[in-house]
Amino acid sequence: MEDGGDKKPFIRIENVTKTFSGDVVVNDLSLTIYQNELFSLLGASGCGKTTLLRMIAGFEKPNAGRILIDGIDMTDIPPYERPVNMVFQSYALFPHMTVEQNVAFGLRQEKIAKSEIHDRVAAMLKLVELEGFTTRKPHQISGGQRQRVALARALVKLPKVLLLDEPLAALDKKLRQRTQFELVNLQELTGITFIMVTHDQEEAMTMSNRIGVMKAGALQQVGTPTQIYEYPSSRYIADFIGAANMFDGVLRREDSGAAHVECSELGEKIMITRHDMAESDAPVSVMVRPEKMRISLTEPDDAAMNRVQGIVKDIAYLGDMSIYHVQLNSGRVIQASQLNFQHTAERKITWEDQVVLYWHPDNAVVLAQ
Amino acid sequence: MKKPLSTIGGRLGRIGVLLIPAFWMSLFFVLPFFILVKISISEVRVGVPPYTEIFEWVGGLAFHIKGSLANYSFLISDTLYLDAYLNSIKIAALSTLICLLIGYPMALGISRTVGRTRNFLLVLVILPFWTSFLIRVYAWIGLLKNEGLINAVLQWAGIIDQPLELLHTPFAVYLGITYSYLPFMVLPLYATLERMDHALLEAAADLGARPARAFLSITLPQSFPGIVAGSMLVFIPAIGEFVIPDLLGGPSTLMIGKVLWNEFFLNRDWPLASAVAVVMLVLLIAPLVWWQRHQQIMEEKQG
Ligand SMILES: Nc1ncnc2c1ncn2[C@@H]1O[C@H](COP(=O)(O)OP(=O)(O)O)[C@@H](O)[C@H]1O
Ligand SMILES: [Mg+2]
Repeated sequence: MEDGGDKKPFIRIENVTKTFSGDVVVNDLSLTIYQNELFSLLGASGCGKTTLLRMIAGFEKPNAGRILIDGIDMTDIPPYERPVNMVFQSYALFPHMTVEQNVAFGLRQEKIAKSEIHDRVAAMLKLVELEGFTTRKPHQISGGQRQRVALARALVKLPKVLLLDEPLAALDKKLRQRTQFELVNLQELTGITFIMVTHDQEEAMTMSNRIGVMKAGALQQVGTPTQIYEYPSSRYIADFIGAANMFDGVLRREDSGAAHVECSELGEKIMITRHDMAESDAPVSVMVRPEKMRISLTEPDDAAMNRVQGIVKDIAYLGDMSIYHVQLNSGRVIQASQLNFQHTAERKITWEDQVVLYWHPDNAVVLAQ
Repeated sequence: MKKPLSTIGGRLGRIGVLLIPAFWMSLFFVLPFFILVKISISEVRVGVPPYTEIFEWVGGLAFHIKGSLANYSFLISDTLYLDAYLNSIKIAALSTLICLLIGYPMALGISRTVGRTRNFLLVLVILPFWTSFLIRVYAWIGLLKNEGLINAVLQWAGIIDQPLELLHTPFAVYLGITYSYLPFMVLPLYATLERMDHALLEAAADLGARPARAFLSITLPQSFPGIVAGSMLVFIPAIGEFVIPDLLGGPSTLMIGKVLWNEFFLNRDWPLASAVAVVMLVLLIAPLVWWQRHQQIMEEKQG
């Protein structure tokens, strides 16, 4: 799953463990990040994302393992000598300095001519659209502007890697969506490798080239947004990313080489196409995304489809689409979502309708338990 | 328009909150100050009180004021007073600087610790207040005198033959003031350093600043309010200090507090003593007012 195509490994995290007073926060974690990618560390709050980021920046020392950036072991290199810059979750702007002084601070630590510093700072402030705010102090600008100052301050150093700790968490929803695109654009424009920490799966999905999903200090799965959404490697990931319907059952292989999952809950076999992740007769879960479920008042003609009957109990109208909550005979409620087309051939599905849910075997993802 | 009772109550409450300190200040600062000014422009006489009345009634509501600025011109003409003022300022300023140099690393160190260690260190800073100021200064006499502990130890160790002249020297005064006022420097410094966002230092390191550089560009400016507060808390009481120069100092450590004491209690020249006190107060308040104004202007510029 972890192939970066023709990209070259740039950051290697090798068996890194970090404990705080006995609590294992990052647990024997290994990860390779490639040059020029926007990589997201995604996970629930407290799973160790920030700690991992801080180890890359050099603020925390791993108890075991090592981190290499561009082939160089970073273990004994202090933060101020690492080719890495960070956008802090709190932004950590220097309150007594103007916007311009904040952005120039990093360059002033290097042996760079004053005129060059001035030019680079001006160009960076223009890039993040802050030209008019150079002499303001951080408390005199808005939250979104502060975020851009933090970004400019780190980017102006042209680091090999830019670390972003929940860079959008403090922004309101509308600004957050706009800034997501700006960040992706900046990454493509500068070609700098971005490692972003987020607990927002939508943010990770829309922005990243690849995502590493973390749980309790370990990586659960690393892959492209599509890989992680379509082929989650565990029930945890399937539940964490997007909505999912889960059915428990037992995997049965047929003599023909095909396989199905016996599911007592549905009272039916679930036909599947991919089944290499579990042994025959092993207990498994089958995941079907709500948007992969078709909903209809009549039986589908295609015999290859998995199907189940139920009664519509609830409809959530979201404008562009609707989510149907359908109760099966077993009492279990599952979700199916449909785009709302203007003209539907059938009559509109409504509450208490007897419906058929059906889905293609390709969309039934088997997860080992 | 009728106002609801609660707002009236709130207004009264707010006025009350302002009235209490105003009343306090009037009773214990403004009123005594004017009494002092009044005495300072009167003349000395033998009797009770030991100064002349400056208001002379001439019937009805009219009265004459018989004041003179003679005491103030005397302050200028006799170099004793000017020397004492300058010496006080010098001793207070130097002591403040020494307190800052010793207190800053202490405050920084305490602010970097956590939990019980921090509480323990803070208690150590405050602990001297548990004993009387006077006793602590007397204790220094015991340490510094010729047959005192320090000289005894040095002689016993064979480092010196003759006892060092420590007591009744400028050194002893600086030592006493620094020792006595150090907590007033450490505590406000600690308060600002403790409030400082540690992420700022990480950001500085992240941007390539070595620790010394980060201290100069981030920690020091961030703790500036603490430096000012601590310095004021040391400088202002130190300038009028009487006990320490009296007990530990010698003839070369003349301070205005001592002069004030002598004029009041040895010479019983209340008018002159009052003039000395008024000038001292003005000298102390002027920089405070200037600082206040400066702060206001800075804030207006920013806001
Ligand atoms: N400096 C620290 N000292 C002690 N515990 C810490 C420290 N930093 C983080 N932790 C703990 O490590 C765990 C992971 O924290 P963090 O990496 O910040 O998680 P995340 O960023 O994924 O929310 C949390 O339980 C947190 O309390
Ligand atoms: Mg975090």
